[in-house]
Amino acid sequence: MKMIFGRPLGLTEIKQRYCPGCGHGIVHRIIGELLVEMNIREKAIGIAPVGCSVFADEYFNCDMIQVPHGRAPAVATGIKRVRPECFVFAYQGDGDLAAIGTAETVHSAARNENITIIFINNAIYGMTGGQLAPTTLPGMRSTTSVKGRDVVKQGYPIKVCELLNALDGPYYLERVAVDTPKNIIKTKKAIKTAFQYQLDNKGFSLIEVLSMCPTGWGVTPVQAKKWIAEVMAKYYPIGEFRNRAKETK
Amino acid sequence: MAEKELMYGNHALVEGVIHAGCRFFAGYPITPQNEIPEYMSIRMNEIGGVFLQTESELSAINMLFGAGSTGARAMTSSSSPGISLMQEGLSYIAGADVPVLVVNVVRGGPGLGNIAPAQSDYYQSTKSGGHGDYHTIVLAPNCAQEMFEFPRLAFELAEKYRNPALILADGLLGQMMEPVEIKGEPVNPKKLPEQDWWLTGCKGRERRIIRSYDLRPGKLEEWNWRRWEKYQKIIKNEQRFEQISCDDAEIIIVAYGTSARVSEAGLRLAREKGIKVGLLRPITLWPFPADIIAELSRKIENFLVVEMSLGQMIDDVKLTIEGRAKVHFIGHPGGGLPNPQEVFNKILEIRGKK
Repeated sequence: MKMIFGRPLGLTEIKQRYCPGCGHGIVHRIIGELLVEMNIREKAIGIAPVGCSVFADEYFNCDMIQVPHGRAPAVATGIKRVRPECFVFAYQGDGDLAAIGTAETVHSAARNENITIIFINNAIYGMTGGQLAPTTLPGMRSTTSVKGRDVVKQGYPIKVCELLNALDGPYYLERVAVDTPKNIIKTKKAIKTAFQYQLDNKGFSLIEVLSMCPTGWGVTPVQAKKWIAEVMAKYYPIGEFRNRAKETK
Repeated sequence: MAEKELMYGNHALVEGVIHAGCRFFAGYPITPQNEIPEYMSIRMNEIGGVFLQTESELSAINMLFGAGSTGARAMTSSSSPGISLMQEGLSYIAGADVPVLVVNVVRGGPGLGNIAPAQSDYYQSTKSGGHGDYHTIVLAPNCAQEMFEFPRLAFELAEKYRNPALILADGLLGQMMEPVEIKGEPVNPKKLPEQDWWLTGCKGRERRIIRSYDLRPGKLEEWNWRRWEKYQKIIKNEQRFEQISCDDAEIIIVAYGTSARVSEAGLRLAREKGIKVGLLRPITLWPFPADIIAELSRKIENFLVVEMSLGQMIDDVKLTIEGRAKVHFIGHPGGGLPNPQEVFNKILEIRGKK
């Protein structure tokens, strides 16, 4: 019998620990497929963060390093600068990238480091049990904002693509979502584009992925997908923010 | 004999780092070590190495984590407050068994403190400065020649044991000019033999993972005990020290780095008066040269510890001596310096007490 759909070689056979309806598995699969389709798995070094995707070092079937909270862009910089022949990607969540690691994110983008960052924005701290994230929406409930995010007391969310788009450095910034098959296909296209830019030595790419966290949000997986379309993507508009390949054409 | 060159300690260190085959530097400016990144930026540019001025020390140490994980000889330098910021990263690096080199040009503390030479980061350097059970190999140079030589030794020890290494200097050693002999053949970084843990891409082999976590019940404990075995090997094999006039000594001074330089001058004053004083200078602060100090304490009654701190290394001296001898102390915290006359006077005082 011919296998027509299976686990891509870019993912290991280890069972992933993500919750039902979580978006991480979808993005993992996309990366796992691209590592093989783009023939980069054997020269890839991936970076696992702290957060729900801390175990990414077990899931991606390539060389991996698990690093301190928020410091993935710095570690990626160290690797890429001494091994420019390797393909280096960092996989980070919103607490990791937009709270504790904001400085590393901003400065690696400003340096236009030739690395790729996959940024999972699910507007919540998943691993630690649903606390307020730097991306938690105004009015959105979390375990540390039980009546909803009060912007007077807790400030406003950080829109990472918009923030980085204020810099001259980054080469490619795009926000995507994994709530529908159509958006998943677009996500794969964006990540593939970002990977290709690194292979072409273009510099810094960041793909922000709006991703479901039914557990952290206290909703069903189906409701979570709807919430992305109806609420989250209104606050965090999907689209290409920066693509210097197009600017120079 | 090779020619000697007059060099600043900090410049000698940079030349030593490059001589040792290091082609990656990341760091953030802080006084009193700025000559290191400034000179490094010029030299790395000349030889095609990587120089990165980072947004913070947190970033710098994590760049080392990345570069070191691929097998590159990578280093950073900073001074006390900056080294404090690196402790989280160092803990991960030690927990992931990655060799890197950190240079701490120690200044007066705590807090912002001042920019004067100090030795008050001994505890932080030798007793797991970050979280968790770990040790960093710590070398303490006391002249420009050792500033040149110790980077290579540090990288070799770091790689031999897959462990971070630290050079503990101070602003005085960095800014003093002394003759330096460029010894040995420079290391060609391209010829370092590939190790079975380097991250290089998994072509033709199983994939590799570098990490510091293990959530499986009991596994982290096992891993830590394996690291303990490594530490025991380091303690057994790598204690380094210098002995000056210890053979006939009645009083032994224990001091490292700048304090050892000052103490040696105090020792000369005493010897001129016919007082038999010796100096035991720890070169490795971790592993602490306990074996020789224990041995000396079986025949010598009085030890004098001289430190530019409130007294930190003195704990290790006392633990080593286990009450067999008296341990006296001269300390200067907050960037204060001891002087030879003070050491000499203390020796007279100790002698008077006998």
